[in-house]
Amino acid sequence: MVKEIAEVVYQSEIATDIYSMLLKVTFARDAVPGQFVSLYSADGSRLLPRPISICETDAGSGTIRLVYRIAGKGTKEFSGLEGGDRIEILGPLGNGFPIDEYKDKRVLLVGGGIGIPPLLCCADSLEEPVFAVGYRSETYLLEDLKKRGEVHVATEDGSLGTAGNVIDAIKADSVKADVIMSCGPMPMLRALKAYAAEAGIPCYVSMEERMACGIGVCLGCVCGTEHVDEHSHVNNARICKDGPVFDAKEVTL
Amino acid sequence: MTEPNMAVSIAGVTLKNPVMTASGTFGSGMEYSEFFDLSKLGAVVTKGVADVPWAGNPTPRVCETASGMLNAIGLQNPGIDVFCERDLPFLRKYDTNIIVNVCGHSKEEYLRVVDRLADEEGVALLEINISCPNVKQGGIAFGTDPRAVEEITRAVKARAKQPIIMKLSPNVTDIKVMAKAAEAGGADAISLINTLTGMKIDIERGRFALANRTGGLSGPAIKPVAVRMVYEASGAVSIPVIGMGGITCADDAIEFMMAGARAVSVGTANFRNPTVTVEIAEGIRDFLVRKNIPDVGEIIGCVR
Repeated sequence: MVKEIAEVVYQSEIATDIYSMLLKVTFARDAVPGQFVSLYSADGSRLLPRPISICETDAGSGTIRLVYRIAGKGTKEFSGLEGGDRIEILGPLGNGFPIDEYKDKRVLLVGGGIGIPPLLCCADSLEEPVFAVGYRSETYLLEDLKKRGEVHVATEDGSLGTAGNVIDAIKADSVKADVIMSCGPMPMLRALKAYAAEAGIPCYVSMEERMACGIGVCLGCVCGTEHVDEHSHVNNARICKDGPVFDAKEVTL
Repeated sequence: MTEPNMAVSIAGVTLKNPVMTASGTFGSGMEYSEFFDLSKLGAVVTKGVADVPWAGNPTPRVCETASGMLNAIGLQNPGIDVFCERDLPFLRKYDTNIIVNVCGHSKEEYLRVVDRLADEEGVALLEINISCPNVKQGGIAFGTDPRAVEEITRAVKARAKQPIIMKLSPNVTDIKVMAKAAEAGGADAISLINTLTGMKIDIERGRFALANRTGGLSGPAIKPVAVRMVYEASGAVSIPVIGMGGITCADDAIEFMMAGARAVSVGTANFRNPTVTVEIAEGIRDFLVRKNIPDVGEIIGCVR
């Protein structure tokens, strides 16, 4: 975990309000799939870092790729950065998916909305990745996914793949897997947890919550847990530090 | 010139410099120890600790506001037993002062924590949190009534082995009255300000931004209010005042000291810059050198 000034190598808008930014950092080789970084606004009136998941890492060139959606003024500011610009960054943060444990297994990587980007770096460490991704209507990163494995798509408006959500796509296409690793909106994670329990397979979810510090200090971004958490000895784990990836059985969704 | 003296004294406890952390923004220092040597701080003020573990409030617990943030964590903490077994031994490894922030819902709960800490080595001072706006009982309920402030101060003082700092709320009409009440109850020092009660509404969703509806406002947005209150409080009492509220740089810290603070706490700024506390300590030193001031004590209350 280091705080540093990163250089923007390249940035482009890849779908409406969704940006892909390549950053030169010193920690590219240390990052594991499922981890995130904190980006800091250049405007001091926006105090808090913005947590953004790591989409891809390239240890060779020392770069990480972030794909994020404009959600407010902070991310709007980031979207204006161009190659050569600099930005304050802290990372890599959080724990990541248990990739090594399932390296040679059939892993179903499930993403919804802006939860899709971290699936890319997961796939890069797996032998047999299968994707199930859900969009409202407009797709993004689809070509990047197809390059890495079999892709099952759901769109809410039915414009591509199965009409409905990712669970509908998984069922419609009879997708089988040994384990699920997922990132996306809470209703999706909740449905996946139930689906995995029924299918009798493990399921890992990457959680999201409003954060302040991003390093486990402020206790802003907790989620309910089945067992007593190690930090506060209640049933509230820190998403930024103990997560963002949890065994779905372990967290209250 | 020779190196300026940066040490200050609070209730007989010497701080190597006047910079400490604000409770709740620094945990017990473990996470920040990955960024810098905690021994460079005048003191570490821990996250509030209660007699038993507290689960805190539902999420969302935090949100950003213009030059500030709102929080309604609700004092999630592991309780005094885990704190004494895990956090205190960690902090004792550093050459800094340990100030334990104590919270409770009732006088009895505060006293249980105070009693438990009595024989713990290395605890220099206790900071009694009677000003958290995010817990329904205790906290701010004690801190906004001068009689209650005096009573809880007296009760804690009678039992505490360490000198006590009463942490005051800014959500009052006259901070001088509260400062005097703490002094009358036997406080060895006071610290202020805790957060200002605020609210944010997410207009897109038509909902409160925080699950708790209200939260405590902190960050640079509150600094002028805090400086004014430190000025007023330090003029009303003769015990030391520890100033905090929106400090992000050495200039801010110096402002608080000139208003009357003997030491300062840095809070929300830690979330933006993990090494801000040590940078502030160095910045105060540089200021003294530039102004040819041999002792940091000379700037305390110098604007009066």
